[in-house]
Amino acid sequence: MSATFLGMPGSFPKNSRKAVQNSQLRFNLRKATHTIRGKRAGVVGELPDWQELRAAGKAIKDHTLRNLDRYLLQLEEAVTRAGGTVHWARDAAEANRIVTDLVKATGETEVVKVKSMATQEIELNQALAAHGITAYETDLAELIVQLGDDFPSHILVPAIHRNRSEIREIFLDKMPHVPPGLTDDPPALAEAARLHLRERFLRSKVAISGANFMVAETGTLVVLESEGNGRMCLSLPETLISVVGIEKLLPSWRDLEVFLQLLPRSSTGERMNPYTSMWTGAVEGQDFHLVLLDNGRTDVLADEVGRQALRCIRCSACLNVCPVYERAGGHAYGSVYPGPIGAILTPQLRGMSSELDASLPFASSLCGACYDVCPVAIDIPEVLVDLRAKAPHAAAEKAGMKVAGWILNDHERLAKAQRAATRARKLVPKRLPGPLSAWTDTRDLPEIPEESFRDWWERNERA
Amino acid sequence: MSAREEILARVRKAVAGAEDVEIPRHYRTNRQGEDLVGLFAERVDDYRAIVHVVPAAEVPGKLDACLGERRMIIPDGFDRAGGWDDVNTADGVVTGCAVAIAETGTIVLDHGPGQGTRAQTLVPDYHLCVVRADQIVAGVPEALARLDPARPLTWISGPSATSDIELNRVEGVHGPRTLEVIIST
Ligand code: SF4
Repeated sequence: MSATFLGMPGSFPKNSRKAVQNSQLRFNLRKATHTIRGKRAGVVGELPDWQELRAAGKAIKDHTLRNLDRYLLQLEEAVTRAGGTVHWARDAAEANRIVTDLVKATGETEVVKVKSMATQEIELNQALAAHGITAYETDLAELIVQLGDDFPSHILVPAIHRNRSEIREIFLDKMPHVPPGLTDDPPALAEAARLHLRERFLRSKVAISGANFMVAETGTLVVLESEGNGRMCLSLPETLISVVGIEKLLPSWRDLEVFLQLLPRSSTGERMNPYTSMWTGAVEGQDFHLVLLDNGRTDVLADEVGRQALRCIRCSACLNVCPVYERAGGHAYGSVYPGPIGAILTPQLRGMSSELDASLPFASSLCGACYDVCPVAIDIPEVLVDLRAKAPHAAAEKAGMKVAGWILNDHERLAKAQRAATRARKLVPKRLPGPLSAWTDTRDLPEIPEESFRDWWERNERA
Repeated sequence: MSAREEILARVRKAVAGAEDVEIPRHYRTNRQGEDLVGLFAERVDDYRAIVHVVPAAEVPGKLDACLGERRMIIPDGFDRAGGWDDVNTADGVVTGCAVAIAETGTIVLDHGPGQGTRAQTLVPDYHLCVVRADQIVAGVPEALARLDPARPLTWISGPSATSDIELNRVEGVHGPRTLEVIIST
């Protein structure tokens, strides 16, 4: 995992300061996180057995991690039996090389991609570009990010930092054949993306995906999505290459009954996402390759406290409840994994040798809201505290403490920024009545921590 | 050492001595719902799909009405003659399904007889799906128990949608923008 994700050498505090000053970003983030948070609470509340599902999800993942070697071998055998080819990659460079060689062997110079955090983590698009292969992102948000030449800021809604008029500008500027009268109406923008990508889907011979789950027992891969670009990529091209972290494994077919309930409800706040595709090996004449990616995961696995981060199913519920994320935005975390999960996963995957990575465990008030919503019960505060103890001391800690205070305490200025954003951009959602709500909502944060960041700091400083 | 051997060795070293865990499965399974048809219809409707609940004898008439003059893909094994061949110019596709889930309003295709290929059910802009009452199960666990992992599976919950632009839900990006479901009772 590269530390140059944002091309900025900064630390979390430096990066987040920029974000806090960007009122558009903050307004969008706030709207997004609060909306999804509300929807999630609604659909989670519908299930009387949510806590039982959560307990099962946690245990299934822990059991899998404990026996990961055995299940990886079982998966390899099942995928191979079903006509697929399995590759193993120790790190990003090896994974990129394998994928590049596979694409080259097809003779193609263009590939379509369905949103995948693993391929962002290894910076596959850049690696392919270096070999003259263009990778086209097909998820609407990823397309906006790619055409706008910037970086995702949220796991689930990566372009949440862009508003509709910015998206229109990007499309007019970067999309060939875009209708000149394109408005900034969301259905019109979605239609433009549909037309832009349709021909590419029908023409492309190679697709690259990740996967949400892999089933060891059957060799089945599972991708959840909303738009249908995933179905396009997974089923139309002649060659499909899936790059998947080794921790995405589940032992048995039956285990999906837990995760297909936990993930959509935690993620988009829907009872079920519009589309889920499952395939086992080579299907309908396709050529199928699975690249199993380590890239630091076995280091995380070796840490008794930190290994629980590998249970993560990337739902983003922890981002949506995090008071620090809401103010700092996703870019401040300097990696593809933002928010609370990023604060514990990135320093473990990359180590804490850079200023940025060493500051991440401090990007939290330890309020514990992330733990409460996590569908696989990752105790993020526990891992944060453990990482803080391991982080190189001095600068990072001080900077971290400063930013937590700066981000969380200045309600007045936050309210002002939001009012300004509202008036300027006419973005005010109907549910939010007037400027005062910004102030009230600002205060409607998860209760500040049993042990606040400041207390923790003071206690450890003296110790 | 090959990458495979090295990764496996790292895993073994990382977890050596760690305790295994029991998996508690105290969540709901094997449910026999009361009004599964009613619940399924309500949940599909929540996704802004069009739903009809029709007695089996009236399904052919309902199909005629829905198909109208449309150029429809009619997959092999679907009980109806005729149809349009080219996915790129078809107006829509009509299919059956493998199983349906009441609690989540989900239709699952296993692309067996009468369900078309993955491309046939994806490229046209309109998907009409006939679900028999006996194919509807209560929840996700009950559905998985009926499905064959060896088959390609497509789970569909409402029409294609995105919320990527300022979190506004827009129906239809790449998949069918209109989903219509006939529940045959
Ligand atoms: S840590 Fe938990 S809540 Fe956060 S993204 Fe991962 S699974 Fe979701």
